[in-house]
Amino acid sequence: MVKVKRAPKTSKPNKYVLRLYVAGLSPRSQKAIKNIRKICDEHLPGQCQLTINDIYQNPILAKNGQILAAPTLIKELPLPLRRFVGDMSDTNKLLVGLDLRFLDKPGIDPVAR
Amino acid sequence: MAKSKNVMSSGMPELPKVLSGIQGLDEITFGGLPKGRPTLICGGPGCGKTLLAMEFLCRGAVQYNEPGVFIAFEEKEQDLVENFASLGFDLKALIKHKKLAIDYVYIERSEIEETGEYDLEGLFVRLSAAIDSIGAKRVVLDTIEALFSGFSNESILRAELRRLFRWLKDKGVTAVITGEKGETLLTKHGLEEYVADCVIFLDHRVTEQISTRRLKIIKYRGSKHGTNEFPFLIGDNGISVFPMTSLLLLGRVSSQRISSGVKSLDEMFGNKGYFRGSAILVSGSAGSGKTSFGAQFVDSVCREGKRALYFAFEESEDQLSRNMRSIGINLKNWIGKGLLKIAANRATLCGLEMHLVMAHNAVKEFKPEVVVIDPLTTMIGSGMANETKAMMARLLDFLKNEGITVLATDLTLVGAKSEETEIGISSLCDTWMRLSMESQGYKRMRRITIIKSRGMKHTHETKDLMITNNGLEIKEIPGLKENVQ
Repeated sequence: MVKVKRAPKTSKPNKYVLRLYVAGLSPRSQKAIKNIRKICDEHLPGQCQLTINDIYQNPILAKNGQILAAPTLIKELPLPLRRFVGDMSDTNKLLVGLDLRFLDKPGIDPVAR
Repeated sequence: MAKSKNVMSSGMPELPKVLSGIQGLDEITFGGLPKGRPTLICGGPGCGKTLLAMEFLCRGAVQYNEPGVFIAFEEKEQDLVENFASLGFDLKALIKHKKLAIDYVYIERSEIEETGEYDLEGLFVRLSAAIDSIGAKRVVLDTIEALFSGFSNESILRAELRRLFRWLKDKGVTAVITGEKGETLLTKHGLEEYVADCVIFLDHRVTEQISTRRLKIIKYRGSKHGTNEFPFLIGDNGISVFPMTSLLLLGRVSSQRISSGVKSLDEMFGNKGYFRGSAILVSGSAGSGKTSFGAQFVDSVCREGKRALYFAFEESEDQLSRNMRSIGINLKNWIGKGLLKIAANRATLCGLEMHLVMAHNAVKEFKPEVVVIDPLTTMIGSGMANETKAMMARLLDFLKNEGITVLATDLTLVGAKSEETEIGISSLCDTWMRLSMESQGYKRMRRITIIKSRGMKHTHETKDLMITNNGLEIKEIPGLKENVQ
């Protein structure tokens, strides 16, 4: 098991811009929406701007956003840009990828909220 | 009995195909790629996969009014536009006129995290949107294997690829998928497993420092196809595959005659000279006067106001003109009048395929009546002997099909080399003259013999060849008649 600790608290809360691309309202899409909403609520309350796009409704978004897999979550801000594919069920990986948790850094205060 | 005959007859509906428009490819596939099915094009890096795929789209759009979608996994739209501009494809205009749609798919492994189950619906949506936006009939995925570098879950990818190819078939689009050559498999990730209808393999091989490109159709379900490796080249106008048209021997023939430029030589050919549109070979040892034959022929053609093209592989234009002036032939005069063009370069300058392209282009551009290749033999230095023969066969066939009279010279060394010519090039030629040097006392004499001349009366006597200030002259060997009698 990899030890996982939360990232240190930053002095100024970053604004998160997240964009989730789903293909229709399939069970997988719904699961992804549910999962990412939960993470936003739990870890980024009030500082997360989440947009959900349906590429079936608006195919041009898939091209413009360079979407291949569905569902795809793009962390546009803060930089660096990162893509997450899948139904967002791997919370741990997601938190690490969103810089909300650091791997193997014991002794640092978790983000307490 | 009658029934079985029917089954075997060619009246059976053949597999529907779409013409690729690529020179030569439609001939070896007997009508193009399978319609509404995916075709896999595989090969190593730099073998021309992307070019072939793009040319398939461009030609489809321009010649057959079949718009196409290009899904690029490797190059950006702008790069593609720039790269193909150098090959004479105006992608920008095609895109503007809704004949072509390019979608660059960006995959960066380091940016992608996999967090659970996913599918490639995004790709499907983009593909579908691109197809619908222009009513595409053709689709290229170049190269879809890039997906494997972006996503780590192979079982999902493979399932999605299978779905993708089924989906393409359902859409009824003719798809071309490119794939990088793998170690043991045809492609790195075994795409041939999914795209099994038609597989074309491209190869870029270097033998003795000279490269040749080859194309081979590995399989083509439900259709006959050429099974050889066909050399192809990438020229100014894209890809040209060279089917061995020599096997077909469809060249039109002419019974018109053309003067060799030497009156006494014409006499040896029943007073009329060569056949127009035939291939003439002059072989001989060093210094036997082969080049003079070429120059005399060119001179007489230009005198009639017709065009001649001279491929010189040993001498430069200036050197050739100077040397020929010594036998009273002024080549510069004809060059000045635009009737003669001397294309001089070393045979080792480039590979055989490039020589073929250059010859092709020069002939198409200059539209000569007569072509002289001096000498043919140096070509052997720039490729393997049998490849040279194949290349020569193609060149001669091409020229003959154009109705051009070709005179080629060939350097024979005493002994083994002349045999090589015999089995090699002479069989491709219609008329073969051999020049030789004979020592008589302190003097070396030039001799000329007509070894063969298809379809015409010719002398069988060996004669004396003189190189005078006014050109070539052929005479009876003095004293020979008396001896014979």
